[in-house]
Amino acid sequence: MALDSKIPSGPIAQKWDKHKFDLKLVNPANKRKFDVIVVGSGLAGASAAATLAELGYKVKCFCFQDSPRRAHSIAAQGGINAAKNYPNDGDSVYRLFYDTIKGGDFRAREANVYRLAQVSVNIIDQCVAQGVPFAREYGGLLDNRSFGGAQVSRTFYARGQTGQQLLLGAYQALSRQIGLGNVQMYPRTEMLELVVIDGHAKGIVVRDLVTGEISSHAGDAVVLGTGGYGNVFYLSTNAKGCNVTATWRAYKKGAYFANPCYTQIHPTCIPVSGEHQSKLTLMSESLRNDGRVWVPKKKEDCGKAPSSIPDADRDYFLERKYPSFGNLAPRDISSRAAKEACDDGRGVGPGGLGVYLDFADAIKRLGEDKVRERYSNLFDMYEKITGENAYRVPMRIYPAVHYTMGGSWVDYNLMSSLPGLFVVGEANFSDHGANRLGASALMQGLADGYFVLPYTIGNYFAGLGVKHEKPTSSHPEFKKAEEAVRSLNNKLLSIKGKRTVTSFHRELGKLLWEKCGMARNEAGLKEALQRIPALREEFWKNVNVTGENGELNQNLEYAGRVADFMEFGELLCRDALHRNESCGGHFRTEFQHPDGEAKRDDENFSYVGAWEYQGPDKPPVLHKEPLVYEEVHMSTRSYK
Amino acid sequence: MNLTLKVWRQSNANSTGRFETYEAKDVLPDMSFLEMLDVVNEGIIERGQEPIAFDSDCREGICGMCSLVINGIPHGGHRGTATCQLHMRHFEDGQTITIEPWRAKAFPLLKDLVVNRSSFDRIIQSGGFISVNTGGTPDGNAIPVPKTDSDLAMDAAACIGCGACVAACKNASAMLFVAAKVSHLNLLPQGKAEKDRRALNMVHQMDAEGFGNCTVTGSCEAVCPKEISLSFIAKMNRDYGTATLKGK
Repeated sequence: MALDSKIPSGPIAQKWDKHKFDLKLVNPANKRKFDVIVVGSGLAGASAAATLAELGYKVKCFCFQDSPRRAHSIAAQGGINAAKNYPNDGDSVYRLFYDTIKGGDFRAREANVYRLAQVSVNIIDQCVAQGVPFAREYGGLLDNRSFGGAQVSRTFYARGQTGQQLLLGAYQALSRQIGLGNVQMYPRTEMLELVVIDGHAKGIVVRDLVTGEISSHAGDAVVLGTGGYGNVFYLSTNAKGCNVTATWRAYKKGAYFANPCYTQIHPTCIPVSGEHQSKLTLMSESLRNDGRVWVPKKKEDCGKAPSSIPDADRDYFLERKYPSFGNLAPRDISSRAAKEACDDGRGVGPGGLGVYLDFADAIKRLGEDKVRERYSNLFDMYEKITGENAYRVPMRIYPAVHYTMGGSWVDYNLMSSLPGLFVVGEANFSDHGANRLGASALMQGLADGYFVLPYTIGNYFAGLGVKHEKPTSSHPEFKKAEEAVRSLNNKLLSIKGKRTVTSFHRELGKLLWEKCGMARNEAGLKEALQRIPALREEFWKNVNVTGENGELNQNLEYAGRVADFMEFGELLCRDALHRNESCGGHFRTEFQHPDGEAKRDDENFSYVGAWEYQGPDKPPVLHKEPLVYEEVHMSTRSYK
Repeated sequence: MNLTLKVWRQSNANSTGRFETYEAKDVLPDMSFLEMLDVVNEGIIERGQEPIAFDSDCREGICGMCSLVINGIPHGGHRGTATCQLHMRHFEDGQTITIEPWRAKAFPLLKDLVVNRSSFDRIIQSGGFISVNTGGTPDGNAIPVPKTDSDLAMDAAACIGCGACVAACKNASAMLFVAAKVSHLNLLPQGKAEKDRRALNMVHQMDAEGFGNCTVTGSCEAVCPKEISLSFIAKMNRDYGTATLKGK
C-alpha cells in the first residue's frame, strides 16, 4: 500500500482551515448513531473521549489503571508550549512551527507541525476555562517560562505539576461526560486485540483486570491514545504500567509502525542507584533555566566534594559547547554531551554515571526563596530519592529514556494505515520528528484530542454513511480475536519455567540500552538483532507466570506486555540499523561530524520509515513516506 | 538490612484475609518501599507462589495509584510522601513492618493490598468539573485571576486522589478529597457559576458512597502525600452551607 499522508494542498498557513472546510460533517442528530472506542485516558485519550462525547458520539473509554485520572501524562512536570506571545518576546505560530521542525531535526511533517502550532493557542484557552490553575503574575495574567530548544518564553506551567493539572482538566471534562451518560468508562481494563472486519477497525477485545473476563467491544472507529514504548528499555521515566501492547497488536493487524528508532533520552534524570531500580525519575528540564550543568575538568577531581572544586576547574560543558543556548540546548544534544563527559571518565557519583546540575549561582542571584518557589517540589522529590539536599549540594543527573517519537503511522487526519483506526498523542509518530522539544508532548496530546481528531473522525464516519452496517461483537472476527487472547494467556500461564518476567524484561532492556540507546552502531545493532530472538525464544520456554487467568493477576498482565516488548525490541533495532544517518534521538556513531554532532543524510533518509507486519517468521516490509519541505530550508541543526 | 514483613493477603473480596510473614533480605537503603516489595515478590515467584498484589504506576508520587498502610499509617508516615517515594533508608535493620490495604467501606478490597477507589471517580462525575465544552472559550488572559487565589486553587488541585485521607480517618471520611476539588474549582472565577450545585452534588455523592463524617481530627492532613490543608474542609463547609441556605 502506498503511504498517502493526505496533506492538504495550499499555503501552509491555510492548510488546516481549508481542510476543516473540506472535511465532511455528520449532522448532530446522526452523531449518536456512531460508536467510538477510545483506548487510553491520558491527555490525548481523555480529551478525545470527552470532546467526542460532547459532540454527541457514543463513546466507550478504556484504561488499565484504576481510574482515568492516573494515566502517565500526569507525571509531566515542566509545562506546555503555546504560541500566545504574551511576553511580547517575538513568538508566533510560525516561530513555534519552525522551532519544532528544527528541534525534530527535519524529520517531521511540516503540515502537521504547523497545525500543532496553530491550535496550541486554543489549548491554553480551553484549559484556563476548565479551571487549570496555571501560574500567574501578580497582575492576574498568565506567566510563562522558557524551555529547551527555544529562545522565547512560551511555556505555560502549573508549578512542577503541569501534566497533572492538564490531565485533571481533561479527566474532569471526561468525568462530566461519564456522569451525563455519554461515555461508558472501563477502568482496570486492558485492550489485548484489535478487531478488523473487511479492512476496517471495528472493535477491540479486552481483559477485565479484576475478574480476568475476556470480552469484545464493537465500534465504528477505534482510537488509540495508549502512550509510548519507552519501557522497552526496562528502565525509563515512564510509569511501570506503560507498554506498547495496544499499538503493537494493532501493528500485527495491519497498522504500520513508524520511526521506532526515534527514542528520546532526557538529560536530567536521577542516576540509577542499583540493580533493584524499577524506574527512573525525571527532574524537569525547567531546572535547566536556573541550574548549570558541569563536570570536573580533571578526572582526579571526580571523587571530591563539589564545593571544593574551584570554578576554574569546572567544565560547564553545555555553556562551553553551545554558547547561545547554553544549559537550554535541546534534549538529545544535552544528553549526548553528558554521556561524552562520563565516557571521558569525568562523570560524578556512583559508577561515574552522573553530571552536576548546580543551583549555587541561581541561589546567589535570586535568593533561596525564589528558587524554592520555582522548583520546591522537584528539590523535595530529589531529596526523597537520593537523601541529598540540592539547595546545599548540586544535584547529580544522568540521561534516561523518557519519550518515544516513533509510533503508529498516521496520516494528516490521525488515521493509521488501517481505516477506522485512529492514533493520538505519544502513541502516534506524527509531530516531533526525530526529537521532541520540551513542553511539546502535552501540547501534542491535547491538540490531537481536543482540536484535531474530533474534526477528522467525522469525515471518516460521513464516508461510512448513516446507514452503514453496524459491527456487532458476535461477528466471527471477534470470536477469533477472543480465542487468540485466551490462548496467548493460557500459553503464558502454562510454561511454568524458572525465570521471572522481570528478569527477562531487565535483560531485554539492558541489551537495548547498550546497543540501541543513546548511541548506536551497525555492529551493536546486528548483535542485538541476533540476541533478541534468542531471548524471546527463552522467554517462551522458561518464563514463570504464576496464578490463573480468572483473577486479578498482575504477573500475567506484565507477562503479556513483556512478550510484546520482546517482539517490538527487534523492530526498534531493525529500524535503527536501516537508518544510516544520525538525526535527533537516533545517533549512529558511524555518522557524525568531526566535532561529534549528528550527521543527517537528507539525500537518502528524508522520509518517514513505516513498517508493515508480514507474519511471525517474516521480516517486516518498509514503506517510505517522503518528507517534503516547502516552508523551512533543511539545514544542519545548530545550537551553538 | 534484613526486615520481617507482615503482609495482608486476601484472594478476593469474598474470601477471608490473613497476615503472612515474609523475610526481606539484603534490603538496600536506596531502594524505594515498592522496589523492596518487588524484590520480595521476585523471591515469591521463584518459589512458585503467588506474588503480593499491590497497586503502583508512576512511582514518582503523582499518579496516586499506590497505597499501603505501613505500620498503621497510610503511605508510611513521612510528611508529604507517597509510598512509592518512601525509601528504605528510613527503616532499620531487623525491623518488622506490617503492610495493609486501605480499609474503608467505600473502598472495597479486590485482592491483597489492592482496593477499588472508583467511588472517588463517581464523586468527581457528580460535579467535580467546570461545565465547558471544547472550543469557543475566551482568551486565556481574558479573566485575570489574582495570584493568591490562583496559588490557593493550585494548593487544592495538587490532590492526587490516592485515598490516604480516607484510610487514615477513623470514620473513613472523604472530606479532604472532596474539599480539595470543591475548593480548587470554587476558588477560581471560572468555577463560580456552578459553585453551589458543585458543593451540594459532590457532598451528596460522597454520602451516597458510604464515606463517614468528618470530626476534624486532622489525621487526613497528616498523611496526605500532597499536604492538602484541612482549611479546605472549612471552605467546603462554608460553600455547602451557603448553597443549602440558598435552597439550591
